[in-house]
Amino acid sequence: MTKEEITTKVNEFLVEEFEVDAIKIQPQSNMRETLDLDSLDYVDLVVVIESNFGFKVVGEDFVGIQSFQDFYDYCHTKVSQKTAA
Amino acid sequence: MGIWSCIGNSLEDVKNSLYEGKSGIAFDTVRKEWGYRSGLTGKVETPHLKGVLDRRARIQLSEEAEYAYLSTIQALQHAKMDQDWMDAHEVGILFGNDSSAKAVIEAIDIIRAKKDTTLIGSGSIFQSMNCTVTMNLSTIFKLKGINFTVSAACASGSHSIGMAYLMIKWGLQDHIICGGAQEVNPFAFGSFDGLGAFSVRENDPTKASRPFDRDRDGLVPSGGSATVILEDYESAIKRGAPILAEVVGYGFSSNGEHISNSNVDGQVRSLEKALNDAGLKAKDIDYINAHATSTPGGDKAEALALDQVFGEYKPLVSSTKSMTGHECWMAGASEILYSTLMMQNDFVAPNINFENPDEASAKLNIAAKTVDKKITTFLSNSFGFGGTNSTLIIKKIS
Repeated sequence: MTKEEITTKVNEFLVEEFEVDAIKIQPQSNMRETLDLDSLDYVDLVVVIESNFGFKVVGEDFVGIQSFQDFYDYCHTKVSQKTAA
Repeated sequence: MGIWSCIGNSLEDVKNSLYEGKSGIAFDTVRKEWGYRSGLTGKVETPHLKGVLDRRARIQLSEEAEYAYLSTIQALQHAKMDQDWMDAHEVGILFGNDSSAKAVIEAIDIIRAKKDTTLIGSGSIFQSMNCTVTMNLSTIFKLKGINFTVSAACASGSHSIGMAYLMIKWGLQDHIICGGAQEVNPFAFGSFDGLGAFSVRENDPTKASRPFDRDRDGLVPSGGSATVILEDYESAIKRGAPILAEVVGYGFSSNGEHISNSNVDGQVRSLEKALNDAGLKAKDIDYINAHATSTPGGDKAEALALDQVFGEYKPLVSSTKSMTGHECWMAGASEILYSTLMMQNDFVAPNINFENPDEASAKLNIAAKTVDKKITTFLSNSFGFGGTNSTLIIKKIS
């Protein structure tokens, strides 16, 4: 998948899962604040990532993810690693 | 009061269904595909809560908790209790519920398939516990009073009202949301079906639930949710609440015998305890809403127990399960609501499909058709597996 395809897919499932307006999802916005994520929501984020991309996020991976752009990059890296494997 | 049931999702619709003797029973092909002996079930409308509750609240609700949310919203509006009022007062919740099979099984299926518990998602635990109704509703409505689930098989809803009645009577609480909820899905009833307890009169679903009738062949599973709000009388008067009726007696007993067979002596003790608690005699009861589920043994035992206590006076008896099927954990609460609607509107709902009595039911004065009649005091029975018995007596406010 290209970076653009991943970005589109991530935005789609975040809008669907967390019921946030698409316009609020901007690459440099803070993901936790925009989606109003609490500790329970991070569990659901793991679920939607696994169902959409087929890889499992470990909790510590979220530490380095601040913005949506961080999240797109993270997903792209993991998807690429999975494809290469 | 509020209701979400197979005979209506509003007090008005349910009142009309009761008066007209309308059945809510249907045939479910999925159950047959799954190997059920009986495909019969109460047909309950699926709630749609997107746009009503936020995502966090919604994903934590089990099927029965969704029903309970809807019946409780209605009840709060009916009782004129808004969120501001509840924020300023100590309101409790006691609800009857005794399973959340669908949520549990779906979670286990994910674990088996994915070999990973995280992938169940965050809502499952709050759907899976028996207290799913009380834990969710207490959070949604920000309740600050008593908060627990009553788990007593098919007497759960009735005991929840009995417990609330006692807590208010003893001065421990002034306002308690109570009721009963029951999931209606193929996950919930497989083992019950396997016991051979369900009617197999599949060719004519609305005739299948026939409590007290000689030709009954088992119960029809059903569900939904019923909410009633109990309040201290002085409190209700003070805030101008619409007072529908008064709980005047609560009786309870345990059979101390077989886990699934009914017991006349246990039921008689529950009936007598309720009458004693209310300070009433058998002659004071105008109408009895029977537990009678349409099983051969259970209906017979209740008929004999009712005859033993009320035989001299023969008050009108009907089982609304003839229309609703057996609403199980919900039944004790919904049947208080159904009977209160009858009391408010001066009729006794029919025990539909009662065509021929058997030796035991012939001793009772069963309303096979709707009877226009003023009711001042009614009694409602609920009995459950394990021999748990509950009897409530409700009186009209004069």
